[in-house]
Amino acid sequence: MRALLLRDLQLALRAGGGFGLGLAFFLIVVVLVPFSVGPAAALLARIAPGVLWLGALLACLLSLDRLLAVDWEDGALDLLATSPLPLEGVVAIKAVAHWITTGLPLVLVAPVLGVLLNLPVAGYGPLVVSLALGTPALSMIGAFGAALTVGIKRGGLLLSLLVLPLYVPTLIFGAEAARRGAEGLETGTPLLLLAGITGCVLALMPFAAAAVLRVNLR
Amino acid sequence: MDVTVTDLTVARGGLAILAGVNFTLSPGAALVLRGPNGSGKTTLLRTVAGLQPLMAGEISGAEDRIAYAAHADGLKAALSVTENLGFWASVFAGPSIDAALDAFDLRALASRRAGHLSAGQKRRLGLARLMVTGRPVWVLDEPTVSLDAASVAMFATAVRAHLAAGGMALIATHIDLGLEADVLDVTPFRALAMDVQGADEAFL
Amino acid sequence: MSLWEYANPVKFLRLSERVLPWLWGGAAICLVVGLVWGFFFTPDDFRQGSTVKIIYLHVPSALMAINAWFMMLVASLIWIIRRHHVSALAARAAAPVGIVMTLIALVTGAIWGQPMWGTWWAWDPRLTSFLILFLFYLGYVALWEAIEDPDSAADLTAILCLVGTVFAVLSRYAVNFWNQGLHQGASLSLDKEENVADVFYFPLLVCIAGFVFLFLALVLYRTGTEIRVRRTRALIARETRTTDLHAEARDA
Repeated sequence: MRALLLRDLQLALRAGGGFGLGLAFFLIVVVLVPFSVGPAAALLARIAPGVLWLGALLACLLSLDRLLAVDWEDGALDLLATSPLPLEGVVAIKAVAHWITTGLPLVLVAPVLGVLLNLPVAGYGPLVVSLALGTPALSMIGAFGAALTVGIKRGGLLLSLLVLPLYVPTLIFGAEAARRGAEGLETGTPLLLLAGITGCVLALMPFAAAAVLRVNLR
Repeated sequence: MDVTVTDLTVARGGLAILAGVNFTLSPGAALVLRGPNGSGKTTLLRTVAGLQPLMAGEISGAEDRIAYAAHADGLKAALSVTENLGFWASVFAGPSIDAALDAFDLRALASRRAGHLSAGQKRRLGLARLMVTGRPVWVLDEPTVSLDAASVAMFATAVRAHLAAGGMALIATHIDLGLEADVLDVTPFRALAMDVQGADEAFL
Repeated sequence: MSLWEYANPVKFLRLSERVLPWLWGGAAICLVVGLVWGFFFTPDDFRQGSTVKIIYLHVPSALMAINAWFMMLVASLIWIIRRHHVSALAARAAAPVGIVMTLIALVTGAIWGQPMWGTWWAWDPRLTSFLILFLFYLGYVALWEAIEDPDSAADLTAILCLVGTVFAVLSRYAVNFWNQGLHQGASLSLDKEENVADVFYFPLLVCIAGFVFLFLALVLYRTGTEIRVRRTRALIARETRTTDLHAEARDA
């Protein structure tokens, strides 16, 4: 399992795209927001938590279609399926690697982009905490979607259609926590609910993802 | 322990393609599958490897003992030859990669990226992977594609060494590898229209 | 004789041919009676005026939108556990009907909401949940369409349906948490206290019965179509195989 994680991280580093593209996309989305709603500082401050959450979510979605497709195309997935690793573990590790290369950098960069959107000082902590709690669920749900669409040519659009509705609860609780934080309200409840969702997703989703992957491999 | 296939029916796209296949593979033995294109060799191999569910019959002794190699080698272009091999060695918790590098004459290429290899070199690397899995049953689908004569001989030597060490091999191939292997022609096992036990049978 | 016998496509077709006329008839009678009764022979609501009468379309379609998904869930479970093809095809057949029911519920809701709340759309929990349900339906149907092998498609969509159900329920609670709404309470419930007044209640029940019959008829009919498509496919496959073998025998 560790070898697989290390390999995936190494590949993401060497291929270059892994870290960079998602972050660049996140930056561009955030930069475009003031152009579309106007530069008024008060308005930006109010929508900043939501925009940052939505931007992070879309940046996460961007790289999902390559999550399993690369290994599918070059045959590595067949070989992994016949290896001693359980397929559930393979999918979970893939999701972890995706989170480390996409989710984690987004979490780290979000406060910097918060400055661009005039995010109130009180909002930085809850924003980072909610993103850190929520993005692992985004990666794991995304891995399920990638497993569903792995055999389909040009499955990227379908992947988005399948995954985005599944992102709703995570987005609601995550953005709610960030918003409450920015308004100086109590954030404990949404954060706990968010952590609950992430925990359940991490525990159960690998089984669903491995089940659909087995169907797609045969 | 033998690998035994009894009365196996395999399916492609919901239709039975081979029916009533029987064979036994004992330690030290190889079995070569023959048959025209589309006759179901790949499907049979994938089923034995456990990648596809079987439709009827039984396969025993194959679970967790198979190293599978097909048309795609599962190589990562961005990783070097040693890194590619080392990855599979650690996934399978297999032996060190030195023997494999030597057997397929990959020493000189060891630090080169897999993406910069020629088709034949990639194939050699893909086959070298079999040796680092440490698994006794090699299931190979057209292993000699894009190999030159010298490489084919190299491969045959590796298979012979594997068999001599008590391993087994199930190979679908068109060319003669010069192995002392039994040959199984799959053509007679073709599923007939009458005994189509396909997934759609219920609808007839 | 067990219920599972109807998992055999041929038996299922025979049964559905016998039952379908009754279902179509029941749907037509109940809908005509219920809608005419509801539209012309009930008083206007003292607060909502005549707009209240859209309830006879809105509530039954909303009910069926949820029940259709529930039926798909049960059918998917049966497919996963017992591998009955009819079950998978019934789930596939129900999805577009569910989409239309969801759309009817959303559109009639908007038409009702405009005079009542002064807006076509509000991000009320119930409305939002239905919109999310609509998205789940779209994804489900799109996945069925995208996969060629029918058995793989059945497996994948069945698992998507299970996972989707969990997330749809989660979304329902998340949405409640996120916004308290404008929508009135349930129109119907088993403890009578919060029900709508009797004058509206009985025609509404007739309309719901009509929608149930209509749904069953549509699903049975569409399942029959799906079964025939699969049957054609199987026959063509057998035919091709036989022709091939004959050709080979001649050559040999």
